[in-house]
Amino acid sequence: MSVPHALPDTSPASLRAFLLGLPGVDEVGAASRTAMLGTRSIKNETKAWAIDTAIGMVDLTTLEGMDTIGKVRALCSKALRPDPTDPTTPSVAAVCVYGDLAGIAREAVGDALHVAAVATAFPSGRASLDVKLMDTKEAVAAGADEIDMVIDRGAFLSGEYARVFDEIVAVKQACGPAHLKVILETGELRTLDNVRRASWLAMLAGADFIKTSTGKVTPAATLPVTLVMLEAVRDFEAATGQRIGVKAAGGIRTSKDAIKYLVLVKETVGEAWLTPDLFRFGASTLLNDLLLQRQRIATGHYSGPDYVTID
Amino acid sequence: MTDDATGRLDVRKTYKLFVGGAFPRSESGRTYEVTAADGTFLANAAKASRKDARDAVLAARKGFGAWSAATAYNRGQVLYRIAEVMEGRRAQFIADVLAAEGGTAASAASQVDAAIDRWVWYAGWTDKIAQVLGSANPVAGPYFNFSIPEPTGVVVAVAPQDSSLLGLISVIGPAVVSGNAVIVIASTERPLPAITLTEALATSDVPGGVINVLTGDPAEMMPWLATHADVNAIDLAGITDPELAVSLEREAAGTVKRVRRPAAGMDWSAEPDLSPIRAFVETKTVWHPMGA
Repeated sequence: MSVPHALPDTSPASLRAFLLGLPGVDEVGAASRTAMLGTRSIKNETKAWAIDTAIGMVDLTTLEGMDTIGKVRALCSKALRPDPTDPTTPSVAAVCVYGDLAGIAREAVGDALHVAAVATAFPSGRASLDVKLMDTKEAVAAGADEIDMVIDRGAFLSGEYARVFDEIVAVKQACGPAHLKVILETGELRTLDNVRRASWLAMLAGADFIKTSTGKVTPAATLPVTLVMLEAVRDFEAATGQRIGVKAAGGIRTSKDAIKYLVLVKETVGEAWLTPDLFRFGASTLLNDLLLQRQRIATGHYSGPDYVTID
Repeated sequence: MTDDATGRLDVRKTYKLFVGGAFPRSESGRTYEVTAADGTFLANAAKASRKDARDAVLAARKGFGAWSAATAYNRGQVLYRIAEVMEGRRAQFIADVLAAEGGTAASAASQVDAAIDRWVWYAGWTDKIAQVLGSANPVAGPYFNFSIPEPTGVVVAVAPQDSSLLGLISVIGPAVVSGNAVIVIASTERPLPAITLTEALATSDVPGGVINVLTGDPAEMMPWLATHADVNAIDLAGITDPELAVSLEREAAGTVKRVRRPAAGMDWSAEPDLSPIRAFVETKTVWHPMGA
């Protein structure tokens, strides 16, 4: 996609014209390009590097109604030392919890890791703006330095782009110093054209990261969706000079999948994005598989689930 | 190619593996030719790689959960059902065994009958193992004390190279009766009875992943399986090279696996006993207060 000639001003009409004027996405092309990149053969040293890089990009997540303080503490100690049998294992990037548990997580990880909290009536986003802002402020006050907000998909799908835009701007303001990740919930956006529009919308409104999914809707992160978001990020950098991060969340369970995403990042936006500051995996079970593959490379034999923690 | 006698086109067969209840090709894409005892071409079989073996372990681990949790009575019914399906395919099994091992039709038929009978014999053991291998132990205290056999987990068995069906059944049966999931590597040169068995398994009630069948070279896969940390036991019945068997035993020790290594030249047609079942169970002892 070429870089848009002119970014919109703040008027709703200009925003709407800009988003609807974005070129369409070739769905078949996106699918075949990601499928092709997924067949790359990765040699052993590269795989070892990729696994450590991927571990360092994980937002270790627990977002269940049954989350307890104990579970969050256990998650935090795993985030700090994913494999206690091997001190060379890197820590993950962040822990990701519900807002009310952000304080517990911050207490457990200290300053060693980021604490991400989901806010704004996650996962549905169906609440008034005041409630969403309150949700955000409480999470930040409790110690979250990253906020994962959900957009109002209903408003987006009915074409009320300005409303979604204003909401993101307001939440960004409520975040203060905390980084804002905007969850597009691509599984509900239906088309890749919408994913491209939502990506631009979020970036124009001030997102620091754009994130694929909540993990509560299927399909969650897929390679084609992530490709479109990475392209949007690349074009946004060309237009504004700003680097926005991407977080692929939900449905990424194996090291093989994770490595496919890393290849996609490198080939779409370049190596500059292969850092936890600009690319993240939102995952819970992925970490165990990364650890098993890491043990496999370290010991020379296949490892098993008895050798990692049960989450 | 056309059959001269009937004028029909030959139906050439390229068989696949049996992993997790499905029939995948080898990840490596390799196949090898299977020939009859007299050297004529029979079919192509998949030549499994270490990655297929790894996938089979994942499938077996998945299958183990429900299978080991099923009641012994239910496991017996499921295993008996396999014998029923095998009985229905008796003619195909006889043809397979005859082609693979040579000899007479009568000897092939008696091997197939013995294999089906043995499967029924094992099916009958599922809900009796605990009585025979378990015990109520006298202890000096107000406790009931029980020892109960439980399945060890994922068992990898190398099927005997010579006895292509009876030997195969004799390594699968004892592993699955107690609730283990099994990965069996079929006889390299005589895999067709094992492949026919997978077709019987796929149409019986045995859950996917409980019995997985790989074809290919055990010497290629076994070093990876003997060291695999998610495999709990190995059965070296079909390893003919004593040096390889010793090195596999040594590698298995690294993750404290149970190892069964039947004596070389084992007669698979001999009456079975409980020793192979006992080889793949763990004894759990429970102390329970008597109350009062």
